[in-house]
Amino acid sequence: MNKPLLRVEGLKKYFPIRKGLIGKTVGHVKAIDDVSFHVNEGETLGIVGESGCGKSTTGRTIMQLLEPTEGVVEFQGKDLTKLSANEIRAVRRDMQMVFQDPYASLNPRHTIGKILEEPLIVHGGGNAKERREKVVEFLKIVGLSEYHAKRYPHQFSGGQRQRIGIARALMTNPKLIIADEPVSALDVSIQAQVLNLMQDLQKEFNLTYIFIAHDLGVVRHISDRVAVMYLGKIVEITESEELYANPLHPYTQALLSAVPVPDPNYKKEQIIIEGDMPSPANPPSGCAFHTRCPFKMDVCTKVIPVLAEEKIGHSVACHLYTSESNDDIERKKQLEGSV
Amino acid sequence: MSEFTPKVDGVVEAELEKTIGPWREAWVGFRKSKVAVVGAAIVIFFIVLALFGPLVTKEGINEQFMTDRLQPPSSEYWFGTDDFGRDIFSRIIHGARISLSVGFFSVVGSIVVGSFLGIIAGYYGRWIDTIISRIFDIMLAFPSILLAIAIVSVLGPSLRNALIAIAIINVPNFGRLIRSKVLSIKEDEYIIAAKAIGMKDFRILFSHILPNSMAPVIVQGTLAIATAILEAAALGFLGLGAEAPYPEWGKMLADSKDYLQNAPWTMIFPGLAIMLTVLGFNLMGDGLRDALDPKMKS
Repeated sequence: MNKPLLRVEGLKKYFPIRKGLIGKTVGHVKAIDDVSFHVNEGETLGIVGESGCGKSTTGRTIMQLLEPTEGVVEFQGKDLTKLSANEIRAVRRDMQMVFQDPYASLNPRHTIGKILEEPLIVHGGGNAKERREKVVEFLKIVGLSEYHAKRYPHQFSGGQRQRIGIARALMTNPKLIIADEPVSALDVSIQAQVLNLMQDLQKEFNLTYIFIAHDLGVVRHISDRVAVMYLGKIVEITESEELYANPLHPYTQALLSAVPVPDPNYKKEQIIIEGDMPSPANPPSGCAFHTRCPFKMDVCTKVIPVLAEEKIGHSVACHLYTSESNDDIERKKQLEGSV
Repeated sequence: MSEFTPKVDGVVEAELEKTIGPWREAWVGFRKSKVAVVGAAIVIFFIVLALFGPLVTKEGINEQFMTDRLQPPSSEYWFGTDDFGRDIFSRIIHGARISLSVGFFSVVGSIVVGSFLGIIAGYYGRWIDTIISRIFDIMLAFPSILLAIAIVSVLGPSLRNALIAIAIINVPNFGRLIRSKVLSIKEDEYIIAAKAIGMKDFRILFSHILPNSMAPVIVQGTLAIATAILEAAALGFLGLGAEAPYPEWGKMLADSKDYLQNAPWTMIFPGLAIMLTVLGFNLMGDGLRDALDPKMKS
């Protein structure tokens, strides 16, 4: 339970902005900017944040579907960023992905049987008969039936398709599954079914999940630990219960205050954050959140806060919790200037 | 997205209809369009004519009845005779074979080469794309018939070389079409899913991207056969296609131009044959587009 299966260290992904005839690089969109975390075997790490904060990019960069600009992605002790394309293909047997849009993630021209069989063909999983048996086995595991194998994706509902997507990810018996907003495209009633299925599967196959979502309620339901992302950075990471009981970062507090409570008489204080998320191509100086933060201080516009452990197992990147005062910062700056 | 899902399990058991694949669905859509079916009927008629017609025509294509030169249509010569006393009806039926095979094979050639170049340009991008796309741009900068004439002039006039020339000038059209389709498909989640599974590029390209980009190619291909038949006729008319005794429709038109005023049937029937075939392919192509284009569906 406590051995890290995946360790991400200083991960960065910058997309160049090209302009003009020869495609000169005029800047970078910093989709992920220096993200570090680890995931232990058998646990679920939730990653939450607004759209555009880099959470999906984080998932895809870990999968090496996008080449990281910088950083280390260590999976089962191997640094994936140093592997060749062939070695990465082999690693993908142990690391699979479930996608957001069940309407787009299945090839419309392949039958379900073929879609599920393909991972086995790619990774050499037995002969045709064995493969078919395994397809049927996994169809049943995710709550579908044998005759569904002959059908095409468009003949299924969204929830069923997402089950197929999950079955596809399970075919090669992976250790880690990165689920990129797996339920956000589904109706609420179906969301619960899919989430419960994922939890059952986790127990049965000892899976480790990275669960990316923008819905805090969903993440709370499934995650052991939660990381909150804002503009390409992790601003807070801690145990799920601790985060919901005791959020430290103003952004997390605002997010949590926006979660609806199923009690009509409950009066809650809502923290409204104003404005839009700044462009990741031109992030604000200092703390990226200072443009919208209700507790903004001078230091926030100047110094980028680092993710530091505030309590045991609860890290936050916010100047409210750093011991340094503004004077200290000023002094440091002068020192740096004089060197 | 508020799709009704009756059972708690999410399994729609009422759905007992037979498995309908995407191609079958397109066929059902195609049959609904009357115009497309008419087009397909014309095309099938000419194909049957090309395959079996030569077996039933009584006169050979090159038998000359010098006493019956430039005879108007009659019960003996249904479409009349030309300046050598050859039966125009027989020649048109034999010509269907030539025109259809030139149209079909030149387009198949362009699709194979164009798809290959287009899929590589679209999938790999960067400098490969730049090189292939610029070559297409250069080829498209020439008026296509001029380019065809130039190619035939270099290769030497013959039916085979006309076919090659027509195939070459159509390559950039298909190449661009496939490239743009691949560009959009490769960002689709099921392609990213294929990569995440650990699939090799080759398999992704030919098992996932190619089948999903074929629909517009089939539509364009059908329409291109019509154009190719016209281009073959134009090259024939200019004396750069089929050689003398072959009953190529364009060549027949060219031969008839001196007798236009006295014997208009020498021109009308080959012209009609070209027009009908082209019309048939165009109607069929439009119907296919409606049936295959997902944007037309609700």
